[in-house]
Amino acid sequence: MTEPSSPQELGVQDPASLDKLEQLEAKSIHILREAYREFKGLCMLWSIGKDSTVLVWLARKAFFGHVPFPLIHIDTGFKIPEMIEYRDECARRWKLNLIVGQNQVALESRQTFPDGTLNRLACCRALKSEALKHTLSGEWQRRHFNHATASFETRTGGAPFTGVIVGVRADEEGSRSKERYFSPRDENSDWDLDDQPPEVWNFFKTDFAPGTHVRIHPLLDWTEINIWEYIEREQIPVSPLYFDGGNGRRYRSLGCYPCTKPIESLSRTVSEIIAELKSGQLAGIAERAGREQDKDDRGTLEILRREGYM
Amino acid sequence: MRAEASTGGGFNLAGEMVSGREQMQVVVVGHVDHGKSTLIGRLMTDLGTLPESKIEQVREYCERNSRPFEFAFLLDALKDEQSQGITIETARCFCRTAHRDYIINDAPGHIEFLKNMVTGASRAEAAMLLIDVHEGVQENSRRHGYLVSMLGIRQVAILLNKMDLVNFSQSVFQAIRAEYQAFLENLGVHPTSFIPISARDGVNLVSRSHLTTWYEGPTVSQQMDAFRKESLDWRRPLRMPVQDIYKFTEELDARRIIAGSIDTGTVSVGDEVVFYPSGKTSRVRSIEAFNSSPRRRETAGRAVGLTLEPQIYLTPGELMCRSGETGPGLATRFRANLFWLGKSPMLPGKRYKLKIGSARRPVELVQVQNVIDAGDLSSVRGKQQIDRHDVAECVLETGKPVAFDCVAVLERTSRFVIIDGYEIAGCGTVLQPIEVGASLLSEQVDHRERSWQKGSVRFEDRAARNGHTGKFIVVAGARESGMREVARRLEARLFAAGCQSYYLSIENLFDLSAPEANEPVTRQEHLERLGELAHLMTDSGLLFITALEGLDDHEVERLRIQNHPYQLFLITVGPTQLERAIPEAALEPGSDPGKTVEMVFERLLSSGLLPEYQI
Repeated sequence: MTEPSSPQELGVQDPASLDKLEQLEAKSIHILREAYREFKGLCMLWSIGKDSTVLVWLARKAFFGHVPFPLIHIDTGFKIPEMIEYRDECARRWKLNLIVGQNQVALESRQTFPDGTLNRLACCRALKSEALKHTLSGEWQRRHFNHATASFETRTGGAPFTGVIVGVRADEEGSRSKERYFSPRDENSDWDLDDQPPEVWNFFKTDFAPGTHVRIHPLLDWTEINIWEYIEREQIPVSPLYFDGGNGRRYRSLGCYPCTKPIESLSRTVSEIIAELKSGQLAGIAERAGREQDKDDRGTLEILRREGYM
Repeated sequence: MRAEASTGGGFNLAGEMVSGREQMQVVVVGHVDHGKSTLIGRLMTDLGTLPESKIEQVREYCERNSRPFEFAFLLDALKDEQSQGITIETARCFCRTAHRDYIINDAPGHIEFLKNMVTGASRAEAAMLLIDVHEGVQENSRRHGYLVSMLGIRQVAILLNKMDLVNFSQSVFQAIRAEYQAFLENLGVHPTSFIPISARDGVNLVSRSHLTTWYEGPTVSQQMDAFRKESLDWRRPLRMPVQDIYKFTEELDARRIIAGSIDTGTVSVGDEVVFYPSGKTSRVRSIEAFNSSPRRRETAGRAVGLTLEPQIYLTPGELMCRSGETGPGLATRFRANLFWLGKSPMLPGKRYKLKIGSARRPVELVQVQNVIDAGDLSSVRGKQQIDRHDVAECVLETGKPVAFDCVAVLERTSRFVIIDGYEIAGCGTVLQPIEVGASLLSEQVDHRERSWQKGSVRFEDRAARNGHTGKFIVVAGARESGMREVARRLEARLFAAGCQSYYLSIENLFDLSAPEANEPVTRQEHLERLGELAHLMTDSGLLFITALEGLDDHEVERLRIQNHPYQLFLITVGPTQLERAIPEAALEPGSDPGKTVEMVFERLLSSGLLPEYQI
C-alpha cells in the first residue's frame, strides 16, 4: 500500500468535502449511467415540473451534454398552457428526443373530471396512468418532436420501453419513501411493494425476466429544497409558473389546471423560493397540497402508484 | 424538546436546511417489535421535522379507526403495514438537527425481511441498533450486529429501548450492555455508545431525562451529531470501475469518454493509468464535464468522465488504477465472506453471475469453508451449500480473472453481489485471492477425460483412415474482417483435398455477436457449449472449423483447455484483442480470399498439423 502523502504535498485541499449537492449529483449520475448501460428500451418521463427537469439536466451532465434516450411527456390535455410552451422550448434548445403520449379516446369522448363525468381519481387513472401505460407499451400512438421541422409527427407501432427513468423523491409522501433506485414492475405495471429486490451498496437489480420492466429513480435521496438549491447552483431554467408573476401567487407543484392551485407567495426568483422554504412560511403545508387529487383519500396517490402512475 | 429550541436561533422549524449543510444516512435496525418505527416517529416529532398537518392527519386517522395514537403510524404510511403492525419495507425519513441533515432508513426487523434490512443498512454511514430491554438480546439482535459489521458500517450506537418497562433500572441496562458488548467485540465492532431510552415517551432522544440521572452519555440526537462523516478515501490508491464508454458520434461529438464513479483515490490530467484485468495502460488526456469549468483533478466520490491518449480499446467492467500506486488483486479464484439472501440455496457447480466493481462475470461456488451462525457466531463445518440467511466463508471461481481488492486493504472495491437468475441473491466481500494450480475448468476437463466411455474405434484409427487427425480450427477476427469467408473457403479447400472438414456457423447455435453486451454469462456459457461440441467433433476425427468474433486471450485459453488432448489451430484475420494467444496463422483482412486460404492450407501442412496428409 502506498503511504498517503499529506494534502499539502499533493497540492490539493481535502476533496473529501464533497458538499451535499455534489454527493447527490454523483449518485444520481451513477444511477443514470447504470440504467443506460443495462437497458436497451430506456426512456425518461418528463412531467415538465422542476424535479424531472432537474433529472433531464442530470442526464446532460451524466452524458456530457447529450440525453441519449427519449423523453416521454404524458399530456393530459389539461396542462397549464405555459407548461407546454416551456416543454417545446427546452426540447428545441437542448435537442431532446421528445415523445408525447395522450389518452385521446377519453378526451374525445369527454370522459374526464373537468367534463364532470369522472371523479378526480378516475380521471388521473385515465389521463395519466392509462396514457402512460399504453404510450410506454407502444400500443397507442406517440407524437415525436421533429427538430428539422420543429413540429410533432404521429407514429404508431413503436417498440415498448422497458426501462423508465422517473424523477420521484422519497420525501414526497409515504409510499415514495419505500421505493428502490431500480424498482421492478410486472406485466401490468404493478408495483409489488411486499417483495422488492435488495439493493446492496452500489449494486442494483438490473437483470429482468422478459415481460417485466423497471422504473429507475435517480432522485430518490433529494428533497424539495435540494432540488431548488441545485437549480440555483446550475442555473437550470425552470417553468415561469413556479414564480410570482405579480399577482402574489405561484405554483409549488405543477399539474393539470382543474386540479392544481397556486399558493400565495411573493417569490419571484429561485433564491427567493429557497429563502421562502427556509423561512418556515410554508411550514405545515405539504408540497403537493395544491394537488387536489391527493386529498380525496389518504391512499389515493398510493393506489395510483401501485397501478403504475409515476 | 425541540432541537432548535436548545440550540438557539438561526435554525428554523419548517425550514429546511441551510445550503451546504452536511447530510448523513443513518439506519435504525432492531428485532421486530423492539420499537424502531416508534423511535423514528418520535424522534422526527421531537426534532420538529414533521409538519403539524402530518401529525394531525395521523391523529385523525387513529381516531377514525378507534386506535390509540402511535408515533409508529407516522412512518407506516402504507395501509397494509398498519394492519400488520410490522415494518416490511425500508422507509426513508428526512430530518435534521442544528448540526446537519439526516436521511434515516427504517430497516425492518423481521427475519423474513432481512433483504430489506440489508438494503437500508448498506446505504448508511452509521447505524443505531435497537434492543428492547424487556426482551433482552435476541438472536436477531446478534444477526443484525453481524450484518451491520459485514456491510461495512463502522459507527454503531446501541439504543436500549423500553427502559420504562424496567423502571429505568441501571442494573438491567448494565447487564444487557455487558452481554451485547461482548458479542460485538467478537465481531470487531466497537459501539460508540449505549443509550438508555424510552422511544414512546421521548426519553433521552433529544433531551436528557431526569428518569435516568445515572446515565451520563449522549442523547440520541447528540450521538447522531457525533457520528463522523465517512471519509472518502481520496488518499488511497485510485480505483475507478469503468462503467461505460461513450461516443456520441451521431451528434457530432468525437470524444471517446471513459465514464465511471471514483471509489478511492484521485486522478489528474496527465496521469498514467492502468486498466485491470486487461493490463492496458494509457494516459489521461482530459477530464470532461458539462456546465462546469474544466477540471484538472477528480477525487473519490465523484462520477466522472475522461479521455485517454493514446486511445485504447476498452470494455465496461475494467478497473482503472494509477501507475505507481498499489495495484488491485487479480485472480479467477478467491476466498470471500458471503451473506446469502436467495430463496434457493447457493449450490456448488451452479452458474451464477458476479457483479464486482463494474464487472459482471460468471461465477461458481467451489467450496464452502465455514458457515457462521450469525445468531451466536458458532461455526457449522461440513456444509455443502449456503442456505438463505447463512453467513459463509467460501471459495468462488470466475471463468476469467477479475480485478478487486481485499476487504482489509480497500473495502469498497472488495464488495460484490451474486445474481441467481434475475435476482440479487447474495452479497459479500473478498477476503483474499487464491493462487490456483489448476482452474475449475481444467479439473472438469480432467474429470471428463477420466470418466469418458470410449467407443471401439480409436482416434488413431480414424486418423489413419482420414489421412489427418481431428482438429479444432478457430478463425478469429472482427465482424467485418471476412473471417467467415475464410472459414468457409478453408472448409471447401480441405474437403477438396480429401479431408474430413466441417464448418459450423456459430450463429446457427447462439448469438455470440456482441462481446461487449452485458451478457457475460450467456457468452461464456455459449463458448463452453461450443468448446464441448468442438471436442466431440475433433474426437470424431473431423477438421472442425468455426469463425468467432471478439475473442480474447482467456476465451482462447479456455477453448484450448476444453479441447484437450486435441489441438486447436488458431487463425486471425486482421486486428484482434488477442495479446498473449499466438495465432498459428495471422492474415490481413481484405486480401484475396483464394490466396489467403491457400496460404493457410500450406501453413497447416508445413506446421505438421496435417502430418498424415498426403497429396
